[in-house]
Amino acid sequence: MRPSLQQIEQRTRSIGDMLILAYFYMLAFVLLVSAIGVVTARNPVYAALFLILAFVTSAILWLLLEAEFLAMVLVLVYVGAVMVLFLFVVMMLDINVEKDRKSFTRYAPFGGLIALIMFLEIAFVVGWRSLGLPDVAMPVPHDADYSNTKELGSVLYTEHVYAFELAAFILLLAIVAAIVLTMRRRPGLKKQVISEQVSARPEDRIRIVKMEAEKD
Amino acid sequence: MAGWFETTFPFAVNLWGMLPPLLQELIIILLQVLPLVIVVILCVAFLTYFERKVIGYMHVRIGPNRVGPKGLGQPFADVIKLLIKEIIIPANSNKFLFLIAPILALVPALATWAVIPVFPGFAIADINAGLLYVLALTSLGVYGIILAGWATNSKYALLGAMRSAAQIVAYEIAMGFALVGVLMAGGSLNLGDIVEAQSGGVTSWFWLPLFPLFLVYFISGVAETNRAPFDVAEGESEIVAGFHVEYSGAAFAMFFLGEYANIILIAALTTVMFVGGWHSAFSGPAFSFMDDTVLAFLREPGLFWLALKMSFFLYLFLWFRATFPRYRYDQIMRLGWKVFIPITIIWIAVEGVMVYAKIGPWSA
Repeated sequence: MRPSLQQIEQRTRSIGDMLILAYFYMLAFVLLVSAIGVVTARNPVYAALFLILAFVTSAILWLLLEAEFLAMVLVLVYVGAVMVLFLFVVMMLDINVEKDRKSFTRYAPFGGLIALIMFLEIAFVVGWRSLGLPDVAMPVPHDADYSNTKELGSVLYTEHVYAFELAAFILLLAIVAAIVLTMRRRPGLKKQVISEQVSARPEDRIRIVKMEAEKD
Repeated sequence: MAGWFETTFPFAVNLWGMLPPLLQELIIILLQVLPLVIVVILCVAFLTYFERKVIGYMHVRIGPNRVGPKGLGQPFADVIKLLIKEIIIPANSNKFLFLIAPILALVPALATWAVIPVFPGFAIADINAGLLYVLALTSLGVYGIILAGWATNSKYALLGAMRSAAQIVAYEIAMGFALVGVLMAGGSLNLGDIVEAQSGGVTSWFWLPLFPLFLVYFISGVAETNRAPFDVAEGESEIVAGFHVEYSGAAFAMFFLGEYANIILIAALTTVMFVGGWHSAFSGPAFSFMDDTVLAFLREPGLFWLALKMSFFLYLFLWFRATFPRYRYDQIMRLGWKVFIPITIIWIAVEGVMVYAKIGPWSA
């Protein structure tokens, strides 16, 4: 008996669901491994690269949740800009693995204590009963023409417009503050004024002197 | 449609039907990806030939003319030469990162092609957030350069990588803001929709209402690809060859391929965002007299127009290289941060007013 169209559709959907599930576990595994790598890597450049991998995998996990705007922006902002500057700084460091190892054993108990406290806090907030993950149904996928960006924009610029603008203003303030705090006026600093350089004419710089040839 | 195929190879059709639908989809996508990648790589090969010829004529020389007719075999001779050379790995380098860096430089340049609308109604991945995808992937290209510079363990390479990273981060912001302008004008993040929004002749393409953004985007694109006059990252006179100073053979060829694939990509993106993508230049009502003449085919949109416009921008890249002296490093930073970013921000505000007052082609 040939399967009906509905049955085929159902079967492909379940195959698709299983594929998404497989993707999820694969990516979650990569994410966890790279997150552990960030803290355990001896070489700070490797740690930064592990962090980049963690960002990219979590972006793909967001794509699975149909949050394509957040996923793309995570890659764009964190991987494309923030981590570039991070790597920039880390590569300038004089890497000394031995010294790092000593400081690891010194700070490990303290770090472990903080980790334990944070874990207990999270467990307290989330609670054991809400971790019944198998009971949670898979989210129903939206239609193909669903645009996460549009949804976000329509909420962000209507319902939450004041909070949004306020956040933007605070960020702007932070940028200005960072510039003001690091701006020092050093005396005797030589500076170029580009407009002066561009508007300079030969007659400002060169004096043409007419001289009679000397005769002996 | 493909009736002869089904009758001649019934076995193949049966086999195709036996494959699971997901696998069928995967095979179809791969069959779309392969020609595009091959065409892009061939374009890279002939772009190098074109570059040497164009710059040659601008310098009043002949350029390559030995391999094949008119020297057309030169790119292939170069490829074969690079592939059979030894890849030398410096003694104190980080071998893994040294070898993976060229791949990281090449992959984003090719992967971005997935969302480019190549001809009417077709892109390999016609996704909603196409513009964001483009921005995200083009921002990844810098990792190949940084990692190459660091893994080489050479001062010249590290300096080149640092210069390149600072430059790319600076110009990416201006590029992003320019694309915000395109997004406002097109009303969509989908590249196909952005091209659709520019239908109706030269005057309704976005270069006219977004002229400052168009200039900023293209010049930032030249800076992003580390091309002359923004090529301090590989300034021969100061730091030998910058980040790829120690690369040879196939690894160098990958960097080379990545750089030229990026140039072609920037030309394609500028075409799609600002000069109407695959739209015909004669599609406006002013040219309706051409309908019944032999020139009617010129009014049709298609791949031909995309290729023509891209070729123009590629020529500009080469023209810049033959014309302008290299920028000084601090002047590059000044241009990026203090000139381009303010221009884009101001023009976005102007555009906002234009949209609100319904001036401009997008309000129709």
